[in-house]
Amino acid sequence: MSNQHNVAHSEHETGHTKTKLYATGFIVSALLTLAAYFLVDKQLLSTCALYIAVGALAFIQAVTQVFCFVRSNTSKEDGRWNVLAFLFTIGVIIILVGGSLWIMYNLNYNMGR
Amino acid sequence: MTTDTLAHHHHHDSSSKVIFGFWIFILTDFIVFATLFAAYAVLHNNTYGGLGIKDIVDLPYVLGQSLIFLTSSLSYGLAVVALKKGELKRVMQWLVVTFILGLTFVGLEYTEFAKIVQNGHSWQSSAFFSSFFTLVGLHGVHVVIGLLWMAIVMIQLTMQKITPTMQTRLACLGLFWDFLNIIWVFIFSIVYLMGAI
Repeated sequence: MSNQHNVAHSEHETGHTKTKLYATGFIVSALLTLAAYFLVDKQLLSTCALYIAVGALAFIQAVTQVFCFVRSNTSKEDGRWNVLAFLFTIGVIIILVGGSLWIMYNLNYNMGR
Repeated sequence: MTTDTLAHHHHHDSSSKVIFGFWIFILTDFIVFATLFAAYAVLHNNTYGGLGIKDIVDLPYVLGQSLIFLTSSLSYGLAVVALKKGELKRVMQWLVVTFILGLTFVGLEYTEFAKIVQNGHSWQSSAFFSSFFTLVGLHGVHVVIGLLWMAIVMIQLTMQKITPTMQTRLACLGLFWDFLNIIWVFIFSIVYLMGAI
C-alpha cells in the first residue's frame, strides 16, 4: 500500500518536473525566435554580424529543444546509444553540409576567374 | 505475480526498442534535410533573373507561423504529461489543441505557396525556387503526415484507452513532432531570416 503510494507520488513528481521542462523550453525558444526576428527586422547589426547572430541563435534554440523536448521523450535505458547515434548523425551532417559548401564555393571562385 | 512482472518487463523492453528504432529513423531524416539545406545554400542566389528570397519573404507572417508551430510542441508535451498521469480526457484535449495548431501552420504555409504560384512563379522558375519549394515543402509534407498520424492516434485512443502500446505510439509521434520543430527553427533562421537580411 505504502509502496503503491510512493509510486503514485513519484509519477506525479515526474509529471510536474516535465511540465516545468516543457514550459521552460517553450519560453526560451519563443524568446530566441523573437530576438532573432527583431535583430533582422530592425537591422540592429551590420550584415555580417547579423548572419552570425541569427546562426548562433538558431543553434542555441536547437540545443534548447533537444534538451527540453526531445530528451524527455526518449527512453532512459538506451540513453547512451541514443546519444551516440545522435552525435554520429551530427558528424555526418557537418561533413555533408560543410563539404558541399566548401566545394561549391571553390568551384564558383575558380570558374569565375 | 512473477509472470506478470516478467511480462511487464518484457513489454517495457520491446517498447524501448521501438522508440530507439524510431529515433534512428529520425536521425536519417535529419540527414535528408541536411542535404536539402546544403542544396538551398548553394543554389539560393541562382534566381535566373526572377525573384529571390528577399522579394518573397514576409517576416511577420513567418514569425506568426513559427510561434504557432512552437506552441504546438508545448501542447503535445502537455498531452504526454497527462498521458503519464493516465488522464485520458486531458490527453485528448491537448492532442486536439496540437492538431488545430499544426493544421493552422500547414494552412498558413499553403497560403504562402499559393500566393507565390499565383504571381506566376513555380518550382521550375529557377534553381532558387526549386530548392526553396523542395526544402520548405518537404517540411510541410512531414507536418501533414504528422497530422494524419495524430488523427489516427486520437481515434485509437478513444477505442483502446491508455495501453502500453498507445504510450509507445505517442512517444514516437512526440519525437517526430519535436524533430519537425527543430527543422523549422533552421528553416525560419536560414531561409527566411537570413534571406531578409
